[in-house]
Amino acid sequence: MKGVAFGQYYPAVSPMHRIDPRAKVIMAVLYIVCTFLCKNLTGFIALLLSAILLVTLSHIPLKLVLRSLRPILFIIAFTSVINIFMTKGETLLTPESWKIKIYAEGIWNALFMVLRITVLIIGTGIFLTYTTTPIALTDALEYLLSPLKKIKIPVHDFAMMMTIALRFIPTLTEETEKIMNAQKARGADFTTGSLLKRAKALIPILVPLFVSAFNRAFDLASAMECRCYHGGEGRTRLNVLHYRAVDFVAILLVAAFGVGLFFLNRYGFGYTLS
Amino acid sequence: MYKIYLDHVSYIYGQGTPFEKKALDDVSLGIRAGCMTGIIGHTGSGKSTMMQLLNGLASPTEGKVLLDDYDINSRPEEVLEACKSLPPYRNLSKSAAKKAIKAEVTRRRRELCFRVGLVMQYPEYQLFEETVFKDIAFGPQNMGLSEEEIKARVLEAAEFTGIESDLLDKSPFDLSGGQKRRVALAGVIAMRPEVLVLDEPAAGLDPRGRDFIFEGISHYQKTTGSTVLIVSHSMEDMARYCDDMVVMANGQVKMHGNCKEVFSKVSDLSSIGLDIPQITQLMALLREKGMDVPQDIYTVDAAVSAVKRFLETGKGGV
Repeated sequence: MKGVAFGQYYPAVSPMHRIDPRAKVIMAVLYIVCTFLCKNLTGFIALLLSAILLVTLSHIPLKLVLRSLRPILFIIAFTSVINIFMTKGETLLTPESWKIKIYAEGIWNALFMVLRITVLIIGTGIFLTYTTTPIALTDALEYLLSPLKKIKIPVHDFAMMMTIALRFIPTLTEETEKIMNAQKARGADFTTGSLLKRAKALIPILVPLFVSAFNRAFDLASAMECRCYHGGEGRTRLNVLHYRAVDFVAILLVAAFGVGLFFLNRYGFGYTLS
Repeated sequence: MYKIYLDHVSYIYGQGTPFEKKALDDVSLGIRAGCMTGIIGHTGSGKSTMMQLLNGLASPTEGKVLLDDYDINSRPEEVLEACKSLPPYRNLSKSAAKKAIKAEVTRRRRELCFRVGLVMQYPEYQLFEETVFKDIAFGPQNMGLSEEEIKARVLEAAEFTGIESDLLDKSPFDLSGGQKRRVALAGVIAMRPEVLVLDEPAAGLDPRGRDFIFEGISHYQKTTGSTVLIVSHSMEDMARYCDDMVVMANGQVKMHGNCKEVFSKVSDLSSIGLDIPQITQLMALLREKGMDVPQDIYTVDAAVSAVKRFLETGKGGV
């Protein structure tokens, strides 16, 4: 169970870690747009280079970044297969007589799609999960979504719910592990037997887990009430986020990169996506 | 003869991640059979980690844990070697043998849990059944015992831990904190483990609850002659109930010996940030003031009789 906890924040000192979380959210959105602006090989080479630059700027080990691609490997493989076999183009690669027809355009499409998804995952990972703590991220979202308060959307409450949920994921994981160990020490067996038997074996874990989760929730609620928490109205913050000049420069750089990609589409060679 | 022997054991949390932490650093330690051994040390000294190694819940990064000279973390290959020569395995196909060996490894794991009973920190969180009786019976049930045997063991365990018979039909969630703790302890004792390992069994209990728990453990140990290991940072409790003492700091064993030996090294203890029992400190103060009381006193009872003896022999007023 260890290591799969939500969020993969990697503590390090890097320029990317220092950027304001709000700026990083904006940059992530802009970067996603960038990946969709690419239409030809020149664009995708530039995109790939930018992803490499991001990884170096964030001081995150390449191995860790590549590991984050593992869960979506199936999606990547699936989309590329679909693209290769389903795209109809002009240059036929397989002999006329074959039932399965593969076109050069299909190969290009698949290649670009793989690149796009990979860079998308790496980019958002670098901007958001790897270099920003989950708490900073919800904080940033609350700031960025605060205009929605005007139309009576309880942004603060949602952010608080998210913060609490994120805060308790590691606690509950730890708790689950503890309870599992305690029941294992009493000879509980979770791995063998029929499906029904294994489902039944979960009862000794789930009952104590729910009991303690509810107790925790009650405790937290009273602790918050004791400190006069009554929602976001008039609430000030301990850690106020401040934009620095660097943050704006960083946002502008990503935006400029997008504009650059847009123009690079004109000077492309090879196959161009329609 | 050691019941448990740790042979150059190291344990590292999160090896190869930025959160890597060495919890145990080349620990070698023998626990005498049939004794109560106390393990003391500050938080983060590695005592809780060591407890989890004893019944195979965690396996050491390096080194061996021996129970009656048997390496409890024997690798599947070694189990395979041991099983190969046995008749039922010889005639099996390769895949069937693999399956059988996997089952054998799991069986040994579970058997180990029954032999080395582990009571974790705040064990009351593990209660889940509808009644106290059923909860205590969970362990014996997993051992595959008969109904009568289970019943006998539950009643025995309830007696050891001082759980009244009218509590057995109640829901464990309706009990007080101290009672819950005793039920959880009974759940492990009901398996009649040869080795009972307890991690801070009295943490967060009032003095009466503490005494109840320790009396229960002591009673079990004396009746069955099993080996008991208690992790605690309360010097008073350790001095009262334990025969041997292990002092840990920074993942290493700093001292090991009987209570007398350990408590006589006052300066070593205080350099680790631990204290001798308060009553021993009091006796030292009395000696300083000129009262002729013995130095090696670790419990209040012993102190009372020593002071009485001193007053009765009337060696001058203080």
